[in-house]
Amino acid sequence: MRLTIKSEELRDDLIKRVEDLSRQGLLECYQCGKCSAGCPVVNEMDIIPSEVIRLLQIGQLDEALNSKTIWVCASCLQCASRCPKGVEFSNICDALRQMVLRKRLSIPRVDADEVSAIMVSDAPQMGVVGALRKLNG
Amino acid sequence: MKIPYYPGCTLHERALDFDVSARECAKAVGVELEELPIWTCCGAVFPLVSDSVMEILAPVRNLSYAAREGDKVVTLCSFCYHVLKRANKVVRDDPEKMEKANLFLRADTDAREEIESYTKEDYEGQVDVLHYLEMLRDVVGYDEVKKKLRRTLDGLRVAPYYGCMLLRPKKEMEFDDPEQPSIFEEFLETLGCDVVDFAMKTECCGGFQIVADEDLAVQCSRNVVGSALKNDAEIIVTTCPLCRYNLDKKQHEMEKSVRGFKKIPVVYFTQLLGIALGIGGEHIDFSDNYVDPRPVLAEKSLL
Repeated sequence: MRLTIKSEELRDDLIKRVEDLSRQGLLECYQCGKCSAGCPVVNEMDIIPSEVIRLLQIGQLDEALNSKTIWVCASCLQCASRCPKGVEFSNICDALRQMVLRKRLSIPRVDADEVSAIMVSDAPQMGVVGALRKLNG
Repeated sequence: MKIPYYPGCTLHERALDFDVSARECAKAVGVELEELPIWTCCGAVFPLVSDSVMEILAPVRNLSYAAREGDKVVTLCSFCYHVLKRANKVVRDDPEKMEKANLFLRADTDAREEIESYTKEDYEGQVDVLHYLEMLRDVVGYDEVKKKLRRTLDGLRVAPYYGCMLLRPKKEMEFDDPEQPSIFEEFLETLGCDVVDFAMKTECCGGFQIVADEDLAVQCSRNVVGSALKNDAEIIVTTCPLCRYNLDKKQHEMEKSVRGFKKIPVVYFTQLLGIALGIGGEHIDFSDNYVDPRPVLAEKSLL
């Protein structure tokens, strides 16, 4: 990964927007990695949770917004539960998803028209509603 | 004793086995679960972003319906419990959001007043949200439950699966210790079960990701099932219809990907309670289970 760090992007408005939306202080994180260690889907992520926070700390919002990571999170809140500094990565993840979904910056991970018929007829409603709300917006 | 009850969408339809067994068990321990006369979907997931008022409207509206019936509301589904409890906390702790939510509720009331004779009372967090397990422990009392049992489930090796939504985040859910919870174990001990501790009891089953990425969710649920099996559990109990779906029905997929995979039944805690209370027949229905729990229950002479 080749990154260009610009001083004016370190704490720009969009990074502050992530902090406002998630109600988390990105600079609280000291990179211990417990969020990543406890995450049940970390092996499916392209950038692990603690790395996403690090990228945001150095102003690399696009890297975070374009990651697969934010779409495989199941909002199980284990990362938030284990953080010794009380940083809730789950909320940061939700903020990043919302930033993408509200502006339709990419195709939603779940399309209502493409949820399989088996799922609609077989899965608990809460699963279908939950997936559409978290991953479609 | 009558307690207002919020079933939620899934228990109203796809998890009737959970709803019916819970209502019957409540009767047997002296509680009449009174379904709210009006209720809607709670929204299933809680918004983790700070600016969302829209997403707490559904749960707050349901809480305002509950407020007309009493000072508490009981629910069973882990997602409903999670969403109602957190939305309730938002109303209690955030006056600005409470006011905004009530603006919507008042608009609702004005529009529908004539047909449904709504009261115009604001919702200010006056209802306590209780999980059915909390009702058994704190309102009825596990000792009272024990007195009502017709049989104990001796020798049945049961793994209590908590999942995520009951426990986390601890400071809002205030349900139990997120790493070492015990309410489920105490419940199962009350029934006389042999409680099996296992490492993955508070890990995620994959949740709603089952809709977006089945392989991802099955990988999660396989870890949970494997962990319970490793500790020689004979049956897994859960409080959540989505966990039940991912852990039970997806064993069909686990069989394909794990050589020599041993299946294990997954049931709702109210179904085991029902058996111990001597409730039978159509009220304890296992026809929706992919892995049939009846052979192991029969082996222990519990059917």
